[in-house]
Amino acid sequence: MPTLIIVAVVVVPLALFVIGIYNALVGLRNQVDNAWSQIDVQLKRRHDLIPNIVETAKGYMQHERGTFEAITKARSEAMGAKSVSEASKAEGMLGEALSKFLLVVENYPDLKANQNFLAVQEELASTENRISFARQSYNDQVLFFNNKIQMFPSNIVANTFSFSKRDFFGVENAAEREVPKVSFTNN
Amino acid sequence: MWELIRANKRNSIILMVLMAAVLLVLGYIIGAAFAGQDAGFIGLIVATAIWFILAIVSLSSGDQILLRTSKAVEVTHADHPQLFNIVEEMKIAAGLPAMPKVYIIPDPAPNAFATGRSPQSASVAVTAGLLGRLNRDELQGVIAHEMSHILHRDILYVTIAGIMLGSIVLISQVFLRSMFYSSMGSRRRYSSGGKGAGQGQLIMLAIAILAAILAPIMAQLLYFALSRKREYLADAGAARLTRYPEGLASALEKIAGDASPQLAAANQVTAPMYIVNPFKKADAMQLSDLTSTHPPISERIKILRSMGSGVSFKDYSDSFTQVTHRKTIVPPAALTKEDIALRQAGEEARDKQRRETQMRQVGDIMRQVNLFVFLTCLCGLKLKIPPNFKSDKVQCPRCKRILDLYPPAPI
Repeated sequence: MPTLIIVAVVVVPLALFVIGIYNALVGLRNQVDNAWSQIDVQLKRRHDLIPNIVETAKGYMQHERGTFEAITKARSEAMGAKSVSEASKAEGMLGEALSKFLLVVENYPDLKANQNFLAVQEELASTENRISFARQSYNDQVLFFNNKIQMFPSNIVANTFSFSKRDFFGVENAAEREVPKVSFTNN
Repeated sequence: MWELIRANKRNSIILMVLMAAVLLVLGYIIGAAFAGQDAGFIGLIVATAIWFILAIVSLSSGDQILLRTSKAVEVTHADHPQLFNIVEEMKIAAGLPAMPKVYIIPDPAPNAFATGRSPQSASVAVTAGLLGRLNRDELQGVIAHEMSHILHRDILYVTIAGIMLGSIVLISQVFLRSMFYSSMGSRRRYSSGGKGAGQGQLIMLAIAILAAILAPIMAQLLYFALSRKREYLADAGAARLTRYPEGLASALEKIAGDASPQLAAANQVTAPMYIVNPFKKADAMQLSDLTSTHPPISERIKILRSMGSGVSFKDYSDSFTQVTHRKTIVPPAALTKEDIALRQAGEEARDKQRRETQMRQVGDIMRQVNLFVFLTCLCGLKLKIPPNFKSDKVQCPRCKRILDLYPPAPI
């Protein structure tokens, strides 16, 4: 009889407590994974957009072949990247090429007045924002997840079931960390 | 961020319990005053029933009612790419599980609101006037503010608190009015009869009248305090989501300095839902009063602008105490150290011409969602034809060409 009481008073609440923390941790880990996949979704969106931009701008910018080549090359490298480090390097290059392109656009007032180009430009601006917001959201999730894993009492559960810390999204050099600043003088 | 949401939940529950207690006590006292001490619990049940019915109605279809009364029109990416993109950017930044519906309100007064019970089924509405005045960064700040309301579950709590306020006001009004009329006829005292209807009943009556006068005022003050605090926190959330407090600050400045007439569809109940108080009559003195749903705009702008180099909740909280000299409104759990830097502004020309084209575009969007037909004549003139135009041919006013309203589809 006393053992039954001990089970009821100590073991059951403890088990419920551990189950609760475990489930919360799994939920958080899934959120982190989901945030990571969001970044990929937005990078894919950027890749899909590039042929559009090149097509729209090409006719107006005959003398900027080098800029277009840099963009197309970086895009195909990014799409063909095998490892994470390769991908992040290629994406960085692509970002740089795009921001260079947007600087050059300033010299072509005809292009800037083209309705189709304005539409594509808005999509590009939004895509670059989405990429940086997706990274930001991923880092927020990772911070919260890592805190949970390291803090008492959830750290005990995390250690028992071997939840491991996640890495923040960081880029090696500072220039790559800066998502290309997309800014337009018109609308 | 998640600490804040949890603290929010806790505070809101405490507040709701407080308001529910006011409601139940009021119901009991009024019941007892009407029909003797024993009938107190009947009043209690009536009060609960009123609250329950109002709650079911406004929680099941409150967002639809709000959107419909403000004549909001749902738009897609095709109607206004920039607005739609910005909402989606903020959805990503906030990590919301679903994309909110986007609405435009055809009103020249610049304002915006968010509605919906949960982050899964939320809506964001902005007025045409807002779209016409703000640049991309500013619009992003406003949308981020609304997104923070959704993320913090503010809409649910404000709605529930609003329902309780409504029930309390309703019950008190009914009681006071019936008291007024029955004392005119002076028949009530006999009909309530019974042997207990002596001094005890009279005292109960006095207490009930006092409660019926005080309870709505107390509930209202609680409600306003809740609403103001939510606005500050949504501002803090917006700064954190966009990493750019100046966007929202400058948007608020533009909205405050706007001269167009006040929003037609707003009323006392829906006021807390908007980003700024839709009522213009209130002057600066009244705005800082206890009886305002929104903090003074100038104060909100000042806090956002003195945030310095970081955009975490801690930075907002520090700036808040520095500007207002009051205790911070951010729950302590959310004040963890976060190292989040500002981002840079997008450059945009703010010349007059751009504003004019922007205003014209907004007009076109409104016509498009209202089923106007657009025709471009060969002479370059753009014709905008309302949906109730009967004929299927129209003459161009400039070159007198006859245009087909519904040109045959190319083969």
